[in-house]
Amino acid sequence: MSDLQTNISSGEFPHDAPGTSDVILETRGLTKHYGGVHALENANFTLRKGEHVAIMGDNGAGKSTFVRQITGVEQFTRGEIIFDGKNVKFENPMEARQAGIETVFQTLALADQLDVPDNLFLGRELVKFKLGPFSILDYKAMRERTMEALVKTGVKIPNIRGTIERMSGGQRQCVAIARTATFHSKLTIMDEPTAALGVQETAQVENIIRTLKEQGEPLILISHNMRQVMDLCDRIVVFRRGRICADIDITAGDVTGEEVVAYITGAKTQPQFEDAA
Amino acid sequence: MSESTHGIGGLTFDAKKRARPPELNVLFALILIIGVFELLGAFLMGQSFLFDSADRFDSFLNEARLKIIILQVSIIGIIAIGSTQVIISGGIDLSPGSVVGLTAMIAMSFAQVAEVNGNPNPKAVFGPAWMDLPAIVPLVVGLSVGIAAGLINGLLIAYTRIPPFIATLGMMVTARGAAKWWTKGQPVSFPTEGYASIGQGMMPVLLFILLAVLFALILRFTVYGKRTYAIGSNEDAARMSGINVARHKVLVYTIAGALAAFAAVVLSAKNLTAQAGMGVMYELDAIAMTVIGGVSLAGGRGSIVGTVLGALIFGVIISGFTFLRLDAYYQEMVKGAIIVGAVVLDQWRQGRMAAKM
Repeated sequence: MSDLQTNISSGEFPHDAPGTSDVILETRGLTKHYGGVHALENANFTLRKGEHVAIMGDNGAGKSTFVRQITGVEQFTRGEIIFDGKNVKFENPMEARQAGIETVFQTLALADQLDVPDNLFLGRELVKFKLGPFSILDYKAMRERTMEALVKTGVKIPNIRGTIERMSGGQRQCVAIARTATFHSKLTIMDEPTAALGVQETAQVENIIRTLKEQGEPLILISHNMRQVMDLCDRIVVFRRGRICADIDITAGDVTGEEVVAYITGAKTQPQFEDAA
Repeated sequence: MSESTHGIGGLTFDAKKRARPPELNVLFALILIIGVFELLGAFLMGQSFLFDSADRFDSFLNEARLKIIILQVSIIGIIAIGSTQVIISGGIDLSPGSVVGLTAMIAMSFAQVAEVNGNPNPKAVFGPAWMDLPAIVPLVVGLSVGIAAGLINGLLIAYTRIPPFIATLGMMVTARGAAKWWTKGQPVSFPTEGYASIGQGMMPVLLFILLAVLFALILRFTVYGKRTYAIGSNEDAARMSGINVARHKVLVYTIAGALAAFAAVVLSAKNLTAQAGMGVMYELDAIAMTVIGGVSLAGGRGSIVGTVLGALIFGVIISGFTFLRLDAYYQEMVKGAIIVGAVVLDQWRQGRMAAKM
């Protein structure tokens, strides 16, 4: 991890945190109300560098709402978000992205008629010659950076010059994930990355997530897939009715799926979150 | 990465493996249509369509016909370049025909000569102080009119969220009205020699080719082009990627307006006169050229090369009908059928693409 950090720090997207702690993301009392609906209530959440955390919960439990506040898709009602040592309140997804939070959306944010490098560099094209909107694209550099990103994430795509519409669902998802690796993001968020994929394609995506883990890239994974979460993550945070009701360390391997399900359904609540019930 | 076929880890980006460009299909269609007219010519007329069968020319091609084919599509072709980038961005522009009318009227008003055969210009719009101006003045005025119309289109579409169809339909009606209002319906004539020279001889063809090359390069090699495709392909993705979609759309429609205005200048210079009714239905012909050229009305797909080929198909069909001495009525009917056919083909192609996944 340290090697990687050094490499990235020397690049054009500085990676070094101004804060000294190893916490990359923290939310304090994060709350979101839609009118009278309390979609998210007082969420205290911490993510350390290199950690992979799963967010689980039933539909409408507040998982997606929580992520939308962090990624700037929506603006939270109350609370604080501390990202990379700084207090942040993103006005839009682009600001979050510029700060280093990359999101793989449930609906793939890819342009079907463009090829892999075009998609990876969408909105942040590399240019040879600056001329305002008519700046000349540097196709060669973008291809090379794309290859680097694909190698880094372990994504295998037969032909990066092929358009996205010709690719399988798994390949598309891989491109979407590789995209997050292209820009040395500080935090990756994946919203149900394998929900629409077959067995083999799911395995491919899971391998990429393992690669990210080895490289020390922190990740928030929203998933309904218990096996996947148990396999890939260090910790499970369970949401229920807009509140966090459990924060379970699963690195020791002594936590069963049934136990997690009990938290999700409301059969159990961790003592420290009693007020949530 | 000097070895251009194999990248790291056996990943490839072999240019040869890319799918056959759809423009090639359009080219085949063009050749096929020419072939049909050649056959019909041989059987019905006893002469060749494109080749010199009567030994009237130095080359073996019928130069006169070739010139007419390209000359008659080059002015609408300039509009079609603008329509191409609008349609690639996922929009549609119905206003260019009317913008041509309005721009021609206004530009021509600034291009008039003071005296015609020793008498004062009978069609004068302004006083003598505004006559005999250098050609650059009407050109700049004309382009400004088109840019303003395109800007209004773009702002409406980007910021009020009305569909492009409605916004540009409004501009289509408004600009036509403004064109009639400008001189209360009177034609504007007698331009200066400098202005007229913009549209004489093969100038329209030359300008069409220059603009086509310029925009083919812009769409292929610039950030503007890439984002135009991206927005047409998946607008949400473009937005989530941080592209300022609204601002980009304003630019796309403004450029389309400028190109329509340029076509108007060329057209009025060619005809030596401007009338409020100029350019009626040009927008539909321009859209037809782009669709025939393989630009998808769904957005994200197509190219200027395709549109130029589409324009040529258009020209060949019109010339072919004249060559076969068929009535102009048939031309319009067939034109309509071709437009519908091209869209059906596009739908079918997309359906097949979706089925493959």
